[in-house]
Amino acid sequence: MKIIISAAAESIDAEVDQRFGRSANLILVDTESLDWESFRNPGMAASGGAGVKAAQFVAGLDPDAVISGDFGPNAYEALLAADISMYIFNERVNTIRSVVKEFKKGDLIAVSSPTSAGKHGS
Amino acid sequence: MIIAVASGKGGTGKTTVATSLARSLDVQGASLLFLDADVEAPNSHLFLKPEIEHTRDVGVRIPEVNQEICSLCGKCAEVCQYHAIAVLGKKVLVFPQLCHSCGSCTLMCPEGAISEKQNVIGVLEHGPAQDGFRYFRGVMNVGEPMALPIVRLLKQWAGESDESQVVVIDAPPGTSCPMVEAVCGADFLLLVTEPTPFGLHDLKLALQIAAKFTIPVGVIINRDGLGYQGVDEFCAEAGLSIIIRIPFDRSIAEGTARGRTLLDIYPSYKTAFQNLFKEISNYGVGSRWPRP
Amino acid sequence: MKQSLKQLVILSGKGGTGKTSVTAALAHLAFTGSPPVKVVLADADVDAANLGLVLQPDQKEEHDFVGGALAVIDQNKCEGCGICEQVCRFYAVIEDGKKYTVDSRACDGCAACVYQCPDEAITMQPQVVGRWFRADSRYGPLLHAELEPAQENSGKLVTMVKQQARLWGLDNALDVILIDGPPGIGCPAISAASGADLALIVAEPTVSGIHDLKRILQMTMHFRLRSLVCINKADVFPEGTIEIEHTCQILGVDVIGKIPFDETVTQAMVHGEAVTAYCLQSPASQAICAIWQKLRSLLLEEE
Repeated sequence: MKIIISAAAESIDAEVDQRFGRSANLILVDTESLDWESFRNPGMAASGGAGVKAAQFVAGLDPDAVISGDFGPNAYEALLAADISMYIFNERVNTIRSVVKEFKKGDLIAVSSPTSAGKHGS
Repeated sequence: MIIAVASGKGGTGKTTVATSLARSLDVQGASLLFLDADVEAPNSHLFLKPEIEHTRDVGVRIPEVNQEICSLCGKCAEVCQYHAIAVLGKKVLVFPQLCHSCGSCTLMCPEGAISEKQNVIGVLEHGPAQDGFRYFRGVMNVGEPMALPIVRLLKQWAGESDESQVVVIDAPPGTSCPMVEAVCGADFLLLVTEPTPFGLHDLKLALQIAAKFTIPVGVIINRDGLGYQGVDEFCAEAGLSIIIRIPFDRSIAEGTARGRTLLDIYPSYKTAFQNLFKEISNYGVGSRWPRP
Repeated sequence: MKQSLKQLVILSGKGGTGKTSVTAALAHLAFTGSPPVKVVLADADVDAANLGLVLQPDQKEEHDFVGGALAVIDQNKCEGCGICEQVCRFYAVIEDGKKYTVDSRACDGCAACVYQCPDEAITMQPQVVGRWFRADSRYGPLLHAELEPAQENSGKLVTMVKQQARLWGLDNALDVILIDGPPGIGCPAISAASGADLALIVAEPTVSGIHDLKRILQMTMHFRLRSLVCINKADVFPEGTIEIEHTCQILGVDVIGKIPFDETVTQAMVHGEAVTAYCLQSPASQAICAIWQKLRSLLLEEE
């Protein structure tokens, strides 16, 4: 299974980034082999609409799920349309590796509505 | 004659000054217009008690995609600088609150699948104020981020002013785009400030806007007598006229809190504002900013 | 992940209610409490950043803030067709004889002209529209920013200031981000409130203040942000204070304190001090102390 996790740096041992749209990096991980690849989040530098931009980028990588600390309303709607499942971190995760572990155990909560107010415009 | 009343920071008494000024002017009802352009926090109605007769929605144009014609090419999303339209899965999504209504996606769609519809972000209201002059205000809907189109449409709705008309605009506080939109085109800018370090700092910011549009300015010090000389010193050094000083006075604070204008509290303000207006009309006061 | 860094945002529907004075006092009380609460301050009122005027911090870092890009026409490539002027909905393209230029004050950065120009003469150029700073104040690190007047993107800069405050807070194991929010209910206020654990709304018992309080409460409720209200200058218009309390009761929002009208607040501001540091015995300081005790327990001992 391929999942994407928002990260503060470019490694599977990096800390998670609670934000989705404006996280520094997005890390694509194969949950079986633990092969990973890091991408700069194009949403980070966006003037506005970071969540949409990040979601669009993520959709292009075609993962099965995306995991972050927070999905604003725009990111949520966009990922939903792209048919990508969303999960949020729990208190036990701190690195990307630990997120994968928790995800495989089924200990992360799937998201069924936006988790924050999100930001608007510029 | 368009007079905009503004302040670099909120809560300085901008609305008190604007409403007091309007109520002081003995101009015929039809030729005085009051515009409340502080659309995020419009309060002048509490002082002027208008009877609203007309209301209209403020809409901005947002794209609407005909999913049947759309080929999902993604050109719209590529050109949108605001990420307000995105192709995801087999759908094109529009995010109205991110859209700036620039029309670029509509122009770029190779299939002609995008048309535009109205998205309501606020309302405009119009009717006579209690004193008879014409009153307009814009109100932004809660949760909407963009005040600027409301200010722009409010000014358009109030119409082009001719020479004989007097327009008093209560501008949004600060120095952001909606404030600029409100004061742009004014003949005179009244900057309300208070004698505190905050007031001075924010007065300087507001002056940068006046400089950008070379509008003559006059300063009104509210809550005068707090013991801080910085604003006076700055104005003296910069050659800015301080047109009216409103003292720090508990009865003014209590009166305005109840929705009274300065005239209701101290009738002598009527003459003071009338004189102010006469002087502004003759350009007898105020300073070109920056100074030539 | 241990998410111990809490965010408290101070808001007000209208300006001038005393939001910054309250924020400065809360920072002072947090710093001097026993045990102290380690706070990182974020001045999110980037259009008129005033927290630094009270705290007079030492500037440590300064960074440019690049906002959106604006269109620029290359006069060597422009053939003068005028299509850019036709497509621009912001009236930003100005014709001057056969020459077309972009009015940077009016340009919204939409790039419609860039895509429509048949001569590829228009490019988007990023603009430095402000700066952000990290400073050391008496009561903890302060992240603040300045936006050039009449610039958009204040929401983005607010987000930037908050992010930097958050990173600093996490790296240094601090307890709370204290955010001095912008007035109003628009984009900058939404950006400041976003992600907060708790909002303290400073309301003023004036007809205007009550009107704006209702609007900001609608905003925070719209975004499901837990909000508390304190009433500043509560005794100036007692009927107004009662109305605020009544409104809050109907909406299920707690009023956690009433600060009396007190000239000490203004004097403290003129002297560049937090009111609680300037005169702890003053009525306003005492009221803010009581408010801080409640906020502190809500932020740090809950859960």
